Amino acid sequence: MEPAVTSGARIGDRPRPKKNYLNDGKTFKSWALTVDHKRIGIMYLVGTMIAFLLGGIFALLVRLTLLTPQHTMFGMQITAETYNRFFTLHGAIMVFLFIIPSIPGSLTNFVLPLMLGAKDVAFPRLNLASFYLWIVGAVMAVASMIIGAVDTGWTFYTPYSSSGTSSTVTLMTAAVFVLGFSSIFTGLNFVATVHKLRAPGMGWFDMPLFVWGMYSTAVIQVLATPVLGITLVLLMMERVFQIGIFDSRIGGDPVLFQHFFWFYSHPAVYIMILPGLAIISEIIPTFSRKTIFGYRAIAYSSVSLALLSFIVWGHHMFVAGQSQLATVIFSALTFLVAIPSGVKVFNWLTTMYKGNISLEAPMLYAISFLMLFAIGGLTGIFLGTLSTDIHLTDTYFVVAHFHYVMMGSTVTAFIGGLHYWWPKMTGRMYSEKWARIASVLWFIGFNATFLPQFILGSRGMPRRYYNYLDQFQPLHAFSTVGSWIIGLSLFMTAAVLLASLRKPMDAADNPWNGTTLEWKAASPPITHNFEDTPVLENEPYDYRPKAVTH
Amino acid sequence: MSTTTTDVHAHGGHDEHGEHNPYHQHHFATMEQQFDTSKIGMWLFLATEILLFGGLFVGFGLMQHKYPREFIEAHEHLKQMVFGSPFPLYGAINTVVLLVSSWTMVMGVNAAQTNQQKKTVRFLVMTILLACVFLAIKYVEYEHKFHDGLLPAKYYAHQSEDLIKGTHGYATFFAFYFMMTGLHGIHVLVGIGLLGWLVMRARRGAFSSAYYTPVDLVGLYWHIVDMIWIYLFPLYYLIS
Amino acid sequence: MDWLRAWMMPPQGSEFAKEIDFVYMALFWLSVVLFLMIAVPSCYFAWRYRYKPGRQTPHQTHNTTLEVAWSVGPLILCIAIFFWGLNGWMKYAVAPGESMEISVTAKQWLWQFEYPDGSRTINDIHVPVNKPVKFTMTSEDVLHDFFVPDMRVKHDIIPGRYTQIWFTPTVLGKHNFTCAEYCGKDHSGMRGDLTVDNDADFAKFLETGGTEWEEYFSGKDPQKTPALWGKMTYERVGCNSCHTVDGSKSKGPSWKGVFGKTEQLNNGMTVLVDEAYVRESMMNPQAKVVKGYDPIMPTFQGLLKKNQQDGLVAYIESLK
Repeated sequence: MEPAVTSGARIGDRPRPKKNYLNDGKTFKSWALTVDHKRIGIMYLVGTMIAFLLGGIFALLVRLTLLTPQHTMFGMQITAETYNRFFTLHGAIMVFLFIIPSIPGSLTNFVLPLMLGAKDVAFPRLNLASFYLWIVGAVMAVASMIIGAVDTGWTFYTPYSSSGTSSTVTLMTAAVFVLGFSSIFTGLNFVATVHKLRAPGMGWFDMPLFVWGMYSTAVIQVLATPVLGITLVLLMMERVFQIGIFDSRIGGDPVLFQHFFWFYSHPAVYIMILPGLAIISEIIPTFSRKTIFGYRAIAYSSVSLALLSFIVWGHHMFVAGQSQLATVIFSALTFLVAIPSGVKVFNWLTTMYKGNISLEAPMLYAISFLMLFAIGGLTGIFLGTLSTDIHLTDTYFVVAHFHYVMMGSTVTAFIGGLHYWWPKMTGRMYSEKWARIASVLWFIGFNATFLPQFILGSRGMPRRYYNYLDQFQPLHAFSTVGSWIIGLSLFMTAAVLLASLRKPMDAADNPWNGTTLEWKAASPPITHNFEDTPVLENEPYDYRPKAVTH
Repeated sequence: MSTTTTDVHAHGGHDEHGEHNPYHQHHFATMEQQFDTSKIGMWLFLATEILLFGGLFVGFGLMQHKYPREFIEAHEHLKQMVFGSPFPLYGAINTVVLLVSSWTMVMGVNAAQTNQQKKTVRFLVMTILLACVFLAIKYVEYEHKFHDGLLPAKYYAHQSEDLIKGTHGYATFFAFYFMMTGLHGIHVLVGIGLLGWLVMRARRGAFSSAYYTPVDLVGLYWHIVDMIWIYLFPLYYLIS
Repeated sequence: MDWLRAWMMPPQGSEFAKEIDFVYMALFWLSVVLFLMIAVPSCYFAWRYRYKPGRQTPHQTHNTTLEVAWSVGPLILCIAIFFWGLNGWMKYAVAPGESMEISVTAKQWLWQFEYPDGSRTINDIHVPVNKPVKFTMTSEDVLHDFFVPDMRVKHDIIPGRYTQIWFTPTVLGKHNFTCAEYCGKDHSGMRGDLTVDNDADFAKFLETGGTEWEEYFSGKDPQKTPALWGKMTYERVGCNSCHTVDGSKSKGPSWKGVFGKTEQLNNGMTVLVDEAYVRESMMNPQAKVVKGYDPIMPTFQGLLKKNQQDGLVAYIESLK
């Protein structure tokens, strides 16, 4: 296959600027007090990658414990209390320290202003504050892990979390509260940026679809996260002062906690997936060298997913004791939410039809995404269907479903996006050969880990169990080996990307022949992004001959 | 630095006098764009505040539904005897105080918009004073509650005089009372801090018709703080 | 293709399980088809339209007919699936009036079951085949969940409230159940066996009063003695409302130190308080009433299982 990208090519004869955002100020202070969205994006990238590593280690520990029904690991006995902390911390770190902040904080922070032709986000100092709030929340979370670690599951259900456990619930929920504000401020920043900082001539329907996706995400961040904030405050108050709202021992209602919690946490999962979908909308037209099919449908589907996400939270509670009427209504609404996702997938496939497709790493991740997101979405139907959900809820089927959407989709898109914008962010190209190998290993490892878990669930293996019946052992062992393949693939990806940093900066401004504005900036961009305010020359994703960018 | 006519630094950052506005942030093309964006940002933040308090309102409503008799009886403790009848005196005074402070705030914003520096300072200071009166009255109210044993949650110590025995309803009521008025009070305190900062800057002549954004934004914040009290007051003080 | 269903799903313990499996397999094949409709084109297009330098791609921005079709089509499909799921769920949601009711108390980390006749078991239950059984459940501490995979039923158990599930088992033998809502340390140990009996075996099970008592008579656990079982029975069936164990007077004689004594009866005769007298007093309490007490004790004929009677004898004997 002939490579579509020639590294080292220079677009036009514009010389590489000597000063870019990376070397423009090299002191610690110039990074610590930066208000440059690109530097903040890099700092978020480093932070969330460390969180991903930590959460990933807990995942490997969980899977290692489940390799056999006995509980020894490297000759040590793993107790139930320890295992309960492994899976709780895996979930809490991944959700609050990695998935929610990572794409908005790193890739979006970096790329969004460039795509809009802006010099920065609306509130650069607030952007830095968001990052430091993330740091504070991360430190608090790690402290809570060291002091006593939480063992409630990342969902903190009462009354176990309010009066049933002595683990460090209060400190961890306080950490999540702080992280919530980091997320709110990021969302607030992006909403204002999209409204007010578009380049002259860029109307809403001239924006790249990545911006539509991130705008929808930001709306959810602003509207949903405060409800999590107050829920956590009420939980802390319940635990410390026994106010009597959630804990049945003092007259409170545990199901009320679940309503409050999922009212945020369901929209939160759309905060997780929408950025992934947004990235795929960029990669597919670029690597198909063809205009996106159904731009408006994809844009509207992002917004409608954001809005619909607020009215389906009860589908996490079909057997939790909510009213039967509520159960029926939530199931019906949940089916509605499937349609916009399906529309996106069909539009992307049609974009590829009669395209001119090259399979560099970003595109390999995008195609993986299509298949993994399909499985994630389709298995959601089993769970939205009332009669099958009774059997499948609270089993490994749910675990497999949400890993297919959160990891198989969002993380796949994140890694793809990281490769896609790597030359823009660092000025270097990574090794295509090794990146492709890693992407194939990722696809294999991910499916090996999580496909068996659907079967474990449908066969009756409950969640959060560290004992299991012998009949489940072969599937568990297969899944654990799959987790090692995932580990290997991620290690390779990290090595590929980090190794590229040792090369000189030789990437082109537009190595992929993209049509969106970020490719008009230098690779890496200057601190102020553009020498002159960019003028919009073509509609986005226009690959007709005269519109090819130079 | 580029010298072409599209250089954003060359135009747009200037006020009508052709000089560079020292408050102009360079990622904005014009001061007007900067101001509009700031307002959007503040409105979005205020939306999150409303959702944050909203959760507490919902929680209170559900608890009221669960403990209707206890809550009605507990509401009485928020009233004072005025001319022989129970009346929410402190709550009513505080409502008037905050409403007047919203007026003084608006006057302050107007004064900043119209280049009246001394008036700006005066109205901001009046707003601060009124906010302090609010907090003082709240202190007196809290002090009375503590004295009577009407403490929140696990500290509740008024059971012997309550009509209904063996219930957690009163403790829950006062837990919500202190949480909601407390959170509101913290926001008033933060508001005083922000207003104090504005007074310092106003005295140094920072605000004018060319740049009054901080005054405007703090004004918006102050109005929301007032508005939340307007919902708290009937919920807690007027139910009987 | 039944082998595939049998591999993916647990054994079918009821008719309801068969219905659920049918829906599940239908959704499974639908998902396979839809997945292939996405996976095959994505891989095929990547190969068929692979990169050739200089090739121009067509500028297709939208196609209203196609877009409407693939929005409306899936919507209709989703609506259909929703109603199909609702139909099955409605059956699960309401127990038939003639269901036998078993009350469940879940606590960290074991299950307590009580039958209509007072029989009690811990961690294992017997139910008669082909008859609907309804479980009314509450928790003593945190959230739990009663999940019987073979019956395809599950519901959370909430402290301070009662929740219900029901099913009609059709397959004899052992089925397992587990807790399916994380409840702390030994959540993954909180499981048990559901045995579906034919009518004769079930009657025999009820006759002996369940299985909870067995642990107290097996001698395996030194902490669990027949006397302790008797004490529990004393509290549960209401002996304590008339008889104390500390010597204080109540509506009936105290049991403290009574075993082996000779008591005066209200008809002038005396009786030795031995095992025979204790047993007779449970079944025919008016026969020999102790002097100074009214003949008000009700009979426990048919209300006390043999193991309970044995336990009470052991308990009274132990109260020196």
